[in-house]
Amino acid sequence: MRQFAQLFFLVLLPVTLLGILIYDIQNLPGYNNLEELRDDYGDRVRTVTDHSGFSELQVEFGSAHEVTEACLRCHESRGHELLNSHHFTWMREDYIPGRGAIYYGKRNGLNNFCTGIAGSEATCSRCHAGFGYTGKEYDFTNPYNIDCLSCHDNSGHYQKGRGTAGYPVEGLDYSRIFAALGSPQMANCGTCHFHSAGGNNIKHGDLEAALLTSGKEVDIHMGYDGMHMTCVDCHQTENHVMKGRYYGISSSSHNRASCSDCHTPFPHKDDLTNAHTLKVDCRTCHIPVYAKVNPTKMSWDWSTATRELDTTGRGISIYNDEGEKVYFSDKGTFTWQRMVEPEYVWFNGTADRHLLTDTVASTPVKINHLLGSYHDPSSRIVPVKVHRGTHPYDMVHGTLLQAKLWDPEEGKGGLWIDYDWDAALRAGMDYLGLPYSGEFKFVETEMSLPVSHMVSPAVEALSCTDCHTRDNGRLAALTGFYMPGRDRNLVIDMIGKAMIWLALIGVISHASLRVISRRRLKTTSA
Amino acid sequence: MAHKKVYIYRLFERIWHWTQALLIFALIFTGFEIHSSYTAIGFENAVRYHNVAAISLIILIIFAIFWHFTTDEWKQYIPTTKNLKAQINYYITGIFKNAPHPTRKTLLSKLNPLQRLVYLALKLFMIPLMVITGLLYLFYRYPAKGRIESLEWVNLEVVALLHTLGAFMLVAFVIAHVYLITTGHTLSSNLKAMITGYEELEEDADGEDQHGTEPEQKRETTHIEQQINDTEK
Repeated sequence: MRQFAQLFFLVLLPVTLLGILIYDIQNLPGYNNLEELRDDYGDRVRTVTDHSGFSELQVEFGSAHEVTEACLRCHESRGHELLNSHHFTWMREDYIPGRGAIYYGKRNGLNNFCTGIAGSEATCSRCHAGFGYTGKEYDFTNPYNIDCLSCHDNSGHYQKGRGTAGYPVEGLDYSRIFAALGSPQMANCGTCHFHSAGGNNIKHGDLEAALLTSGKEVDIHMGYDGMHMTCVDCHQTENHVMKGRYYGISSSSHNRASCSDCHTPFPHKDDLTNAHTLKVDCRTCHIPVYAKVNPTKMSWDWSTATRELDTTGRGISIYNDEGEKVYFSDKGTFTWQRMVEPEYVWFNGTADRHLLTDTVASTPVKINHLLGSYHDPSSRIVPVKVHRGTHPYDMVHGTLLQAKLWDPEEGKGGLWIDYDWDAALRAGMDYLGLPYSGEFKFVETEMSLPVSHMVSPAVEALSCTDCHTRDNGRLAALTGFYMPGRDRNLVIDMIGKAMIWLALIGVISHASLRVISRRRLKTTSA
Repeated sequence: MAHKKVYIYRLFERIWHWTQALLIFALIFTGFEIHSSYTAIGFENAVRYHNVAAISLIILIIFAIFWHFTTDEWKQYIPTTKNLKAQINYYITGIFKNAPHPTRKTLLSKLNPLQRLVYLALKLFMIPLMVITGLLYLFYRYPAKGRIESLEWVNLEVVALLHTLGAFMLVAFVIAHVYLITTGHTLSSNLKAMITGYEELEEDADGEDQHGTEPEQKRETTHIEQQINDTEK
């Protein structure tokens, strides 16, 4: 009994005390404050103003430019703001570490989807916040070239035409539009940003039309039963300067939209998780998958474009069983994916890019190159959609080539009209004033787009062992630093295991010898 | 057969020993899950309990250091070469011949020369290695004053590998240590001493070889001893 009491005090009591110590208040259930937050920050009453009664607007407009003129008559300085907005300029000064200052944008840049707009502006400018952008002679200083309504029409009636250089379709009922003007709604932004690269969700994977109608399981911020926020709640805008970078085009780390604009820099209850924010971007854990509703294009092989045509020489489309377009004579071969796990890179907010004047050093060519490393204190791990493709390449000059994709007329080199690569490349490079040797092939390219939307509810965030696991973790490809649970030193593990085995073997053989010798001693003494 | 009950381990010593044992077992168990050697309670729990156990152990170690210096118990660990060879020989040969223990335990000298060396090494090298690498591991990133600070001079890989190596060595130590408990006067006398504080010691070294005598059979026998006795019959 006395021994039991001692056992209790010496062994069980410390165990119990330790148990109490271990009992963790962090495990107490947190309270759900989504509704409170939604009342405060999301779901706000949008300021839609009825302009239809204004006499300035009760006139017949001869052209879209006249509508803009009417807007600017009252909103005087806005025109000047828009002339400096990248939604209109499609070009801006940027600084790239290791390269210097460049003047870069959609006007002269390459992307891994439709490759570039040079020579094809009249169709691409359907997404230009302006009218009449058909080519390099376009006047980017004329405020009446601005298109106000594509962003500020909340009626949903306004629509730009196809191949009309950004002019709206005929026969719009302007009084309907003027009755509902306001700050941009998701549908306004989505017209271009959901459908970039030619169709819904093709380019981004995390921005698509389903966001207009889905719930918080798709996006906690935009979902109707989530925060029910809109684009401009995060991409806050002052004087038409919009927060947020798209690294398909942007190169420098300023004016970025960030989670910490609203959330504190260490929002977790647990300090260990908070410490992760030093090296791991919020998005890495909180966007476990993207393209949650509709598929996104993962690869695009231009080399097969123009190869298959119908008997009359027109382009054809081939769809797979899922209804995804997997081949199109205009554009080549595609692969699609839904519920995609992102890839991960170190990123410090700056990016380099492959310019049309750069020679190709190695493949796959990084059309954009997100910069950063473990040792760079401003770098964090971010999730990216890596889009892989092929690009026409000049075998003599060693540069990538820009084809002219479209022209309203036949015989002008438009690839989608004439289906002739050589003529399209010649027309595109001529237009840009860059050399083309006439000998081309296709080289592999890739582009990395940080995934920033489709943030999941917190319970669906990644857990420790998604990364802290020996094999096939999410961060398996990010090497060069030690991560607990993933990394080990094989020699140390071998030495360690050897020590344990030696100790065990030693103990077992010593014990066996004792048993044997004891038995022998007993027999001899008996 | 002459036995003497001797008070060897004081109350604090016993609490310290068993709490430390428990914490080290907890640290080994959770630590190797963090090392991805197996999956048991989940990585997040393993990390959390590993950290709690680590802080608890450090607090305990601070108390133990205080106790050792205020009671002069630290002198128990002063290494000596006297009887060192004899002790080694005892484990290699003597123990199989039922030879007497070459050293006697008393309250003033409770450790044999081999124990002195091993425990001193444990206290001077192993524990500091594990505590220092552990603290660096724990705090190389830490939240401070509204931001996360980072000890830029810490190379996590070096810290982690030293910590891992130390952990393997501790496991090997624990295996040997647990086994050596059974090498006392009887199989369980060392264990009993660490629980009750009292150990039955042979009063006279020459009176050791007394197997099969009446008083010896009356004492509580352990499972192994029971087996040995059974086969004898």
